[in-house]
Amino acid sequence: MSKPNSTFQFKNTVGERTFGFVDLADLMAKATPARSGDRLAGVAAQSAEERAIAQMTLADVPLCLFLEQALVPYEEDEITRLILDDHDKSAFSLISHLTVGGFRDWLLSDLASSEVLIQIRPGVTPEMAAAVSKIMRNQDLILVAKKCHVKTAFRNTIGLPGHLSTRLQPNHPTDDLTGIAASMLDGLLYANGDAVIGINPATDNVQQATRLIKMMDEVIQHYEIPTQSCVLTHVTNTIECIEQGAPVDLVFQSIGGTQATNDSFGFNLATLAEAQAAALSLNRGTVGNNVMYFETGQGSALSANANHGLDQQTCEARAYAVARKFNPLLVNTVVGFIGPEYLYDGKEITRAGLEDHFCGKLLGLPMGCDVCYTNHAEADQNDMDNLLTLLGVAGCTFVMGIPGSDDIMLNYQTTSFHDALYARRVLGLKPAPEFDLWLAKMEIFKNNEQFTLNHQLPDAFHKSLHKMIGGKS
Amino acid sequence: MSQDTTHSDKSFPTHPHAEPVTENAWSKLNAFTDARVGLGRSGVSVPTKHLLAFQLAHAQAIDAVHTQLDTDALSKAMIEQDWAKDWTKHCAPLLLHSRATDRATYLQRPDYGRRLDDESANKLDEHRVSTSQDYDLAIVVVDGLSSLAVEQNTLPFLQALSSHINGWNLAPVCFVKQGRVAIGDDVCERLNAKCVLVLIGERPGLSSPDSLGLYLTWGGKVGLTDAYRNCISNVRPAGLVYQEAARKAFYLLKEARTLKLSGVKLKDRSDDDLIVDTSKESKNFLIS
Repeated sequence: MSKPNSTFQFKNTVGERTFGFVDLADLMAKATPARSGDRLAGVAAQSAEERAIAQMTLADVPLCLFLEQALVPYEEDEITRLILDDHDKSAFSLISHLTVGGFRDWLLSDLASSEVLIQIRPGVTPEMAAAVSKIMRNQDLILVAKKCHVKTAFRNTIGLPGHLSTRLQPNHPTDDLTGIAASMLDGLLYANGDAVIGINPATDNVQQATRLIKMMDEVIQHYEIPTQSCVLTHVTNTIECIEQGAPVDLVFQSIGGTQATNDSFGFNLATLAEAQAAALSLNRGTVGNNVMYFETGQGSALSANANHGLDQQTCEARAYAVARKFNPLLVNTVVGFIGPEYLYDGKEITRAGLEDHFCGKLLGLPMGCDVCYTNHAEADQNDMDNLLTLLGVAGCTFVMGIPGSDDIMLNYQTTSFHDALYARRVLGLKPAPEFDLWLAKMEIFKNNEQFTLNHQLPDAFHKSLHKMIGGKS
Repeated sequence: MSQDTTHSDKSFPTHPHAEPVTENAWSKLNAFTDARVGLGRSGVSVPTKHLLAFQLAHAQAIDAVHTQLDTDALSKAMIEQDWAKDWTKHCAPLLLHSRATDRATYLQRPDYGRRLDDESANKLDEHRVSTSQDYDLAIVVVDGLSSLAVEQNTLPFLQALSSHINGWNLAPVCFVKQGRVAIGDDVCERLNAKCVLVLIGERPGLSSPDSLGLYLTWGGKVGLTDAYRNCISNVRPAGLVYQEAARKAFYLLKEARTLKLSGVKLKDRSDDDLIVDTSKESKNFLIS
């Protein structure tokens, strides 16, 4: 893995000027479409021309080079070791002759059918996926991602073509059970929640997580909802919850693409393996046993000073190697949450969302997206409408659902229950089949084919609601 | 929860004067949460009045991000408080600034927001030389992304905390402009305090532009990651109330002092021994 004896590993002369790139990491960073996080890291191209030249240079790099030159040293980083040690040479053989530019052509071509894309998965490294994404336009990212089918299951089946699932996210700033139940009811009656009912706890400790896990379990059992629950607490808390007998469906963890990032999050691969084994031992899935729920997002490595000079999108793709090791039910790129220092505006958020979804899908992950923004970013609801629509077209596995787009605990805006129904109607995307049947049985949908909600309050919810708010409303 | 069936269930309403907005039978649940539940729908979309209310809230939140924190006024107000006498009698609050010169720089350069500018660093170094005390705790108040949160919640929270930390040797309270959480580490290290509690304005939400966050770090020093911190979020009258926040913060402070650590290895078990008054506990009405 030695570097050539020269200041620049890559050179490209255009007209009078010669552009040099120190190494593969430098070339990758400078080929990345513009975004604030790479400027902050000091790794971005200095001009639009340098970026375009870097993309041309990157297109000529053979995919094999990514197996020879690790972007983060093998000796220092367990994720590099995971990527290289788990690489499947025989799956790679179908594409091993290609350059990055040739890989783009191949992915877009009819050679790359859905079946073939599944075959090559274990031969594609995160760096190869990141590299090719950098020279793909948004429509390329959408077209190829749509061909990548990733199916997972726990109490329902997620990721079937023509389907879109939603995480019902009933967060409350004090974890108040009445407030959480109100948002859950709202979401269920707007046909949301098939990916997971997942709460970000305001108070992050074992006792609170257990209380919320039990609460969601009771609702799922009472209404016989074919879905799963998750409290998004630290993986070590969830392990304690399981040890104490809590009814844990899914284990959550935020993950990053370098070992140092995950150190900063307070876990390593062994912690995740322990947690996965603990969750599997409960045997709570009915139609599958994907028990992990991961969240990612460009910028987390730099935010932890752990990016090793890489651009943020390459770091993000490396996190997917961590995810796929543990066969997750769901992976969610929380694209606009991190703020304008990493993704400045609606345009950068949109591009990042499509890149993450494409890379995740190519690597075989059940990739969803928290289509979102914060109040200090240059973005608004119209940007979210655009990204949601694009991701719906791309076959995104799931999006968030929250009352009126307003997360009153995490203080950001994500997609609403209404937004999910909009995407279903304009794109004809159905919920997970088991959940769809439940929606019909409960008379939440009046017409499942047209995504028409019942005008009346479904009978099963009358009693609970009557107790809470009294008679006719 | 009308049982009447005058509304046809068979198809979309077709009468030209039919009501285009469908109200939700559960809209009154909004009495129990700030979440935007039961909005009703136009087809499957958000009705006009709720769309416009959302736009206004977003506009207000954007404005809140860009309002400057008046640290002079806050410092003066603190000095006038009876409960704060012990904290301010030896040294008035120190007014500091990060390396981010303005809000635009702050938003794009978090690295600048994590470090004190030279003048502020010198101020702390001089204080350290002149007093050479060993402090148990440094309290660092930072504007973060909502100056409104800091203005409204800092003094009431500190008052609630003050009754708990009698006998602790406190460093001068610091007020920092254009700062991020990790700037507390810079302060902690320069003042040679054993631990640091940062009070910071959280990113404003549509329903809560005034939310204060608390971050505790044992042995704060430049370069520590978030794994070394404990966080208490959403401190404000409509969120985690001051007495509760102070109780939790003190629990973590006490534990950190005993264990000489903070972060993921310090679990918040402040509620484990709590005797819960079940008559007041919120209920999951969905299974009743």
